[in-house]
Amino acid sequence: MRKLLLKSIFGGPLTERAPAADKRALAELAEKVQATARRRLGRSLSIRQVDAGSCNGCELEIHALNNAFYDLERFGFHFVASPRHADVLLVTGPVTANMREALERTYAATPDPKWVVAVGGCALDGGLFAGSHGVVGGVSAVVPVDLHIPGCPPSPQDLLAGLLALMKRRLPRSRAAKPEDSGAR
Amino acid sequence: MITLSDIIGDTDRRWPRVEVTQDVWEFARTQLAERKWDLIAHWGEPGAVHLALREHGSGTTGILSLDASRGSFPSLGRDCLPARRLERAISDVVGLVPDEAPDTRPWLDHGRWTVRHPQGTPEQPAGPQRYEFLPVEGESLHQIPVGPVHAGIIEPGHFRFTCSGETVVRLEARLGYVHKGIEALIAGAPLEHAAKLAARTSGDTTVAYSTAFALAVETACAAEVPARALYLRAIMLELERIANHFGDVGAICNDAAFSLMLANCGVVREQVLRAAHAAFGHRLMMDRVIPGGVATDLAPTGQREIEKLLKKIRKAFPAIVALYEDTASLQDRTVRTGMLRHDLAMEFGAGGFIGRASGRSFDTRKVLPWAPYDTLSFETPLLQRGDVDARIRIRIAEIEQSCALLRQLLDTLPSGPILSEVVPRAAEGTAMVEGFRGDIFVWLRVNGDGSLARCHLRDPSWFQWPLLEAAIDGNIVADFPLCNKSFNCSYSGHDL
Ligand code: SF4
Repeated sequence: MRKLLLKSIFGGPLTERAPAADKRALAELAEKVQATARRRLGRSLSIRQVDAGSCNGCELEIHALNNAFYDLERFGFHFVASPRHADVLLVTGPVTANMREALERTYAATPDPKWVVAVGGCALDGGLFAGSHGVVGGVSAVVPVDLHIPGCPPSPQDLLAGLLALMKRRLPRSRAAKPEDSGAR
Repeated sequence: MITLSDIIGDTDRRWPRVEVTQDVWEFARTQLAERKWDLIAHWGEPGAVHLALREHGSGTTGILSLDASRGSFPSLGRDCLPARRLERAISDVVGLVPDEAPDTRPWLDHGRWTVRHPQGTPEQPAGPQRYEFLPVEGESLHQIPVGPVHAGIIEPGHFRFTCSGETVVRLEARLGYVHKGIEALIAGAPLEHAAKLAARTSGDTTVAYSTAFALAVETACAAEVPARALYLRAIMLELERIANHFGDVGAICNDAAFSLMLANCGVVREQVLRAAHAAFGHRLMMDRVIPGGVATDLAPTGQREIEKLLKKIRKAFPAIVALYEDTASLQDRTVRTGMLRHDLAMEFGAGGFIGRASGRSFDTRKVLPWAPYDTLSFETPLLQRGDVDARIRIRIAEIEQSCALLRQLLDTLPSGPILSEVVPRAAEGTAMVEGFRGDIFVWLRVNGDGSLARCHLRDPSWFQWPLLEAAIDGNIVADFPLCNKSFNCSYSGHDL
C-alpha cells in the first residue's frame, strides 16, 4: 500500500512531461553538484544550520532542500544535529545581539577545517534589520564567512547553486583524501 | 452590569480606542480574571499602555488605554496569566513598570541590546545578567537545558526541562533570541519600508502579516481597496495556510519517527510553493500584499497553476490521510500525547489549530471577518481532545476547507484594478487576520507624511508558547520534539 501511495503521489508530478525551463536548469544544476561533490569531497559533507536571528523564511527553503524534488542527501550533503559533526555552518538571519554568543560558540564547537555559508539578504549585512538595537549585523560581523548566498529567501535552487560554488571555490581538492579527517570526527 | 460597550460608547468602528481611568482599568482586570473578556493584545508606548479586548457573548471588541506618564501601570498579570509575558515585554521595550507584577524578570531583553527600553527613553544597557529560571523542588529531579541552538533546522530558543526520570515535571521556555527590534525599526519608517519589515515578522506567515498590516493602514487612512486585490490576498492567504499545514503535518509525523509522511507532505508543500511562485512570482509570496491592494496581479497562467495544484492535492490527499490514520505505530505516538486542556486554551485565548484542537473555536475569518471572507462559505473544524493527534486532524481538516475556499475565490475572482492609492493622514488603525497559526493582531499609528509613528504586531504564539509548557507536563522528554512541532509556535513572530 505504501509503495502504491508513493507512486501515486510522486509518480504524477515528478515525471510530468514538458518540463519548465527552470526544471531543466535544476536537473543540470543537480548533475553539476553531484559531479563536483564526487570529485571534491570523495565523502559526504555535513551541514549544521544555525538560525542567528532570521524571520524563519530562509529556514523554510533550507528545509525544502530535503524534499523529494531536491533531495540534497543524494549529493552527499546531509544536515547534522551538532556543530561537532559539521564541516559547514549554514547561517541565516541578521545576527541578533541575543544570538551572537550562541553563534560564536557554535562556530568554536565546529572542528577545523570548516566553512561558513551565510544565507539570505539578512545574513549579508543585516538586511532590513541593519541598525536595530537588537542586531549586530551580518554573519561576517561575528564569524568569518566563506560564501554568501543572496535572496530573500534564496530558493532551494539558489541554495544548491551556492553549495556548488562553495565546493568549487573553497574546498581544497586534497581534503577529500585525508583519512584522519574522518577519523577525528 | 457594566459591559465593554458601556465603556467604549457608541461607535461603528471595530476597534475603537478609548482612554480610561485607573478604576476602569482595574475593572478590566476583574473581567479578565473572571474570563468574561479575552485579552487580545497588551502593549505600551511612552506614557501609555494599551489593552485590546474582546467580550465573550456580545463579541464586542475595543482598546482601552491608560495614562502611564508616571512610569508605571497596574499589573494585569496578577490574575491574568496570558498578560504576564506581555507585561514583561512592555517593561523591556518601553520601560514602563507593571506595579505589583508577579514576575519582574526581563523577557525579550537579555541585556545585550545596544540600549535598554528602545521604544521608550533609551538607556545604557546593564549588560548580560544571569536569568533565573523558576525554582522546582522535589526529590531526585534533574534538569536538562536545551538551546538556543537546536538539533534540527529550526529557530532558536531555550528550553529548561526539569525531569523525574524520563518524565517532564516542568518545562520553562526562555525566548527573545531572535529579537530584531521590528517595532522600533518601523517607528519613523516610510510606509513602504514599514510594510516590508512587517512582512518579515515571521517568514512562514508573511502573507498574513502583510495583510494585517495593510488592513490596519487602510483603516487608518480610510483607503478603499479594489475587490480583485481583496480576493487575491485571500488566495495567497489560503495558499500559505495549505503550505504550512502540509509542511507541519509531515514534520510532526517525522518527529514521531515516521518519515514517509514527511516525504509525502514535503512533495505537496513544494508543489504549493511552486504554484505560488508561478501565480505571484515568489514562493512565499513575500511583499505581494501591500497597503492599498496587492503588488502583483495573478500571472496569466496563475489561475491554471492553482487549479492544477488543487487537482494534485485532491488526488494525493485521501492517500495521505489514510496513511496517517492507518499507521498504528504513528497513532500510538500522537494520541493522548501533549494534551492541552480546554480550560487552559480558553484562559489563554489560544488561537488557530491549537485552540481548535482543544475546543476553542475562535477563527478570525468567522468571528471578525474582513472582505472577502464575509461572503465565503467554509467551516471551522473543531475537536476537543487537545492532543497531538487532534492538532494534526484539525490541520488536515483545515487543508480541505482552504482548498474549498480557493475554489470559491478562483470561481468568483473579480476583474479590475489591484491597487489603489493610500493617501496618508495622521490616524490610527487596527486589524486582525487569521494566519495559519491563529489570529495576528496589528495596531499602528500613521503620521500625516505617510511614515509610521508606531506599530504593534502581536503574534498568536504569545498565547500558545505558555500552553506548550502545560501540554508537555507528564510526557516523556523524548516526546518533546513531537509536542513542540505539533504547536509549531513562531520564535521570530514572538521575539519580533
Ligand atoms: S533574508 Fe529574507 S527570508 Fe531570510 S531571514 Fe532575512 S528576511 Fe527572512
